[in-house]
Amino acid sequence: MPIIHIDNKAYEVKEGKNLLEACLSLGLNLPYFCWHPALGAVGACRQCAVKVFKDEEDKKGKIIMSCMEPVKDQLRLSIDDKDARNFREHVIGWLMTNHPHDCAVCDEGGSCHLQDMTVMTGHSYRDYHFTKRTYNNQYLGPFLNHEMNRCIQCYRCVRFYKDFAGGKDLDVFAAHNHVYFGRQQEGTLESEFSGNLAEICPTGVFTDKTLKQHYTRKWDLTSAASVCQGCGLGCNIIAGERYGAVRQITNRFNGAVNGYFLCDRGRYGYEFVNSKQRIKTPMVYHGPLDKANGIPVLQHVQQRMKPGKTIGIGSPRASLESNAVLKELVGAENFYLGVSAADHDLVSLSLKILQQGPVRSASLQDAAAADVVLILGEDVTNTAPMLALSVRQAIRRIPVAEVINQIHMPAWQDAAVREAVQDNKGPLYILNVQETKLDELAKGAYHTAPDNIARIGFGVSHLLSSKMPEVKGMSEQGKAIAGEIAAVLKTAKNPLIIAGYGGGSEAIIKAAANVAWSLHDMGIDAMLTYTVPECNSAGLEMLGGHRLESAVDRALNDEAETVIVLENDLYRRLNQHRAEQFFGKVKDVILLDHLYNPTAEKATIILPAGTFAESDGTLVNNEGRAQRFFQVFSPDSAVQESWRWLLQIANTTGHATLSALEHLDDVVDHIARSYKVFEGIDTLAPHAGFRIAGQKVPREPHRFSGRTAMQANVNVSEPRPPQDMDTALSFTMEGYRGEPPSSMIPFFWAPGWNSVQSVNKFQVETGGPLHDGNPGRRLIEPHVNGHTPFYTEVPEPYLPLREHLLLVPLYHIFGSEELSIHTPGIAERIPAPYIMLHSEDAKRLQVTEGHLLHFTDNGHHYTLPVIVNDTLQEGVAGIPVGLPGMQISEAPQLIKV
Amino acid sequence: MFSLVRSMWLIFLHMFHKRETFQYPEQKAPLPARWRGRIALTRDPDGGERCVGCYLCAAACPVDCISLQATEDEAGRRYPEFFRINFSRCIFCGFCEEACPTYAIQLLPDFEMAEYNRQNLVYEKKDLLINSEGKYPGYNYYNVAGIAIRGKDKGDAQQEEPPVDIKSLIP
Repeated sequence: MPIIHIDNKAYEVKEGKNLLEACLSLGLNLPYFCWHPALGAVGACRQCAVKVFKDEEDKKGKIIMSCMEPVKDQLRLSIDDKDARNFREHVIGWLMTNHPHDCAVCDEGGSCHLQDMTVMTGHSYRDYHFTKRTYNNQYLGPFLNHEMNRCIQCYRCVRFYKDFAGGKDLDVFAAHNHVYFGRQQEGTLESEFSGNLAEICPTGVFTDKTLKQHYTRKWDLTSAASVCQGCGLGCNIIAGERYGAVRQITNRFNGAVNGYFLCDRGRYGYEFVNSKQRIKTPMVYHGPLDKANGIPVLQHVQQRMKPGKTIGIGSPRASLESNAVLKELVGAENFYLGVSAADHDLVSLSLKILQQGPVRSASLQDAAAADVVLILGEDVTNTAPMLALSVRQAIRRIPVAEVINQIHMPAWQDAAVREAVQDNKGPLYILNVQETKLDELAKGAYHTAPDNIARIGFGVSHLLSSKMPEVKGMSEQGKAIAGEIAAVLKTAKNPLIIAGYGGGSEAIIKAAANVAWSLHDMGIDAMLTYTVPECNSAGLEMLGGHRLESAVDRALNDEAETVIVLENDLYRRLNQHRAEQFFGKVKDVILLDHLYNPTAEKATIILPAGTFAESDGTLVNNEGRAQRFFQVFSPDSAVQESWRWLLQIANTTGHATLSALEHLDDVVDHIARSYKVFEGIDTLAPHAGFRIAGQKVPREPHRFSGRTAMQANVNVSEPRPPQDMDTALSFTMEGYRGEPPSSMIPFFWAPGWNSVQSVNKFQVETGGPLHDGNPGRRLIEPHVNGHTPFYTEVPEPYLPLREHLLLVPLYHIFGSEELSIHTPGIAERIPAPYIMLHSEDAKRLQVTEGHLLHFTDNGHHYTLPVIVNDTLQEGVAGIPVGLPGMQISEAPQLIKV
Repeated sequence: MFSLVRSMWLIFLHMFHKRETFQYPEQKAPLPARWRGRIALTRDPDGGERCVGCYLCAAACPVDCISLQATEDEAGRRYPEFFRINFSRCIFCGFCEEACPTYAIQLLPDFEMAEYNRQNLVYEKKDLLINSEGKYPGYNYYNVAGIAIRGKDKGDAQQEEPPVDIKSLIP
């Protein structure tokens, strides 16, 4: 490892880095703007100037930009040199000449990189007394606020939006000192990752618009480490609360999962927590003459818990703890998984493949390091958005690796490398029912029905390994595609195969497994990613339970009287007809949930359950990684964690094992002991008794304000702050001020670094893992030296049937998820319900775009407006899943028109 | 002996000095303009609220007795939705006034705030907002800030150029 001398002190640094990264990794303070660990260096802002010296004798030295200079052994540089300091101060002075006098009304203030850097360089008085340049702003949609006057021209926004995330509608306009970052004309930003601009922008040009609706400074937020509930990827987030409402979601760096970024559903989908539809008090349904009034709600529950006749329905959006406690409370034989039949089949098959097969599931960061990507039947941009961002990075890897050898440049020389790479892309193949956003990057993108996708997948695996079954009767085109994909996969080193719930087909999942396994047989280090629909789908399947359909059957056979529904809307899991039958038959429905939904209409007892922001718990993501999320704030209503309600119910009914449990640690330890598959989840985060220097870790920064006034309108005598008995975090600003363990970092802050850029101070090296490792623990490891259970049954090709349409599910990042649609900004982006047809089918059915198509399925009549899309195969119709107003719950299925 | 007589003489002379004692409350003490007394929220020359809800006063407050919530009106002006000072905690240090970037929060020469009931010392915005510019007449934050509000567009503030025409080809 090279040794460099910084201000005459020798440091050992990592080779291949630039000097800025080296200095920041060593914990030294060196100001910068345009450099970002995920984006590389372009040397645009001239802020990270240092002085380098030829040798020990050299007293004069020369000023260079540290982000553009690679580390060299025995290099001598000075950060503290007077000339370098003056240079940096002047650069800030120039950047500030046009910066408006806005900090008081700027949402970035208090977490602003420009403020931090201005203070760091010591530029405290304005020398410029002339006029300031101004710009007009643009409307950029419901997520971001635009204030161009504040821009310092660091180019980070376009480098992230265009170069990193593949967006097309944000660019730089005009010239010289008039450059403008915005859209060609006003309008909503199209990229699913636009929200990251709020964090990427070092100042307040792009700020979080949802935060603006209930503005709070970063120092006033009560924050906690949390895990996103938007999809099955389990990105790490920080949620901030003030006055009892969640105010903002920011990224929580996890080097193995989401890195520096989040998708817009994850960042903005939080407002359901503050929704008017929240259930805040327990409710019991009874007649006016009923004498039950005044009895504690738990007693009502106890009266209705008939032994042997009480069943529990779990939820893929509830924590592992809540599901496990419910399973124990009602008994394993009475516990049903609250997921649709299709989701259950797909997720349990994916898990089986990952547990029993020899191929490892890929984390998001593993995925970004793949050299060939094959996507089977999945529109990842909509089903697992951050995975799409990883795929975008993966296809850049090979061309970058090639050119850096040719042009002898390090990979962080972003502009030079991009210039050399041009439009070269690594191999990406997509097979999907319709076009996807990633198609533009693919070497090959083919659109056909799910069964045909699976057949091509089986065909590829046959070409890779003769052990695999041959696909009979494949079309010439299918053969050519399979041949092309197999040829590329054979040359790969660490290819990634992606499939999952989006295709709605078990055959596709099996085909993906076959491809990955046959690659593994050839000695290629293949990776497999299966997407799962919800944040704890994988955890619920691992916990295990009976199918939801059998719960309905049991109720219809009069074998169930009381059903406890955990954080679930059964109308999204069953078709309407079955759900009505079920609720018509059971006598009592006890619902624990956050929001009023159609299931709540049927409930006889409703218990207010905490959302992610009011609960502690564990989630298992699609990779099989268990991650802990922490309660953000203590609600002033009766809302509490579902597992706590269930423990209290267990206490009133005198349940043998559950009565002994009280706090989170008790539950987690109990699960870790009871289930082999969950071994180790008790080590995800420190126990509640954990202290640093005898202190808890505070959820509030030391500048938290208003403690003696926030509740003074209610009572001038301040109440005792809420106590957290479940974790080692406190709800106040008192506690240990240093760096907490990585799994429970409530917010990123370091002296002099108030903005999110302070994450550098928490990492082993810039862009590297957090100090005591990336949080989370993989529960699924591949079964390496066993027998590989290849799948041999190839599905029949899909041929269009006259008078019939095959409905395939189409997912939308905004709209398909149950809770995020309660956020006004996301609601604005939800597409209207539709049915997507091929133009030939539309002609046959005598409809065109915008016409209403009527059809009947299962005795229910549906009317949907038509969208024509010729990338669908003939005979296939796409329907959006989960949109408000869409009632079809089952896809794929064949319907008669 | 001499010193005793001298002291008595000096005290005797005090009978002819000007009196420092004020017969409060009948007689009010003249307070200097910068006396740190009751806290008020002042208004712009145009009558609008000066406070933009930046939270700096709350952050500066050593006893954390200020709490507020910023919001925005339809003109694009920010203002506090509520603004509360718990005077039973306030130590009248004046840090809030120093922190205020818009001269909104000001400490006035008035100390007559005593209450029998402690709850009455919690002042809401209606109690704090006064119809005056206080110690800084003529100052309007939005005239120096870069953001546009209704009636003051981009380029209308002091020392501002008109907005850039980004489609212009002139070098």
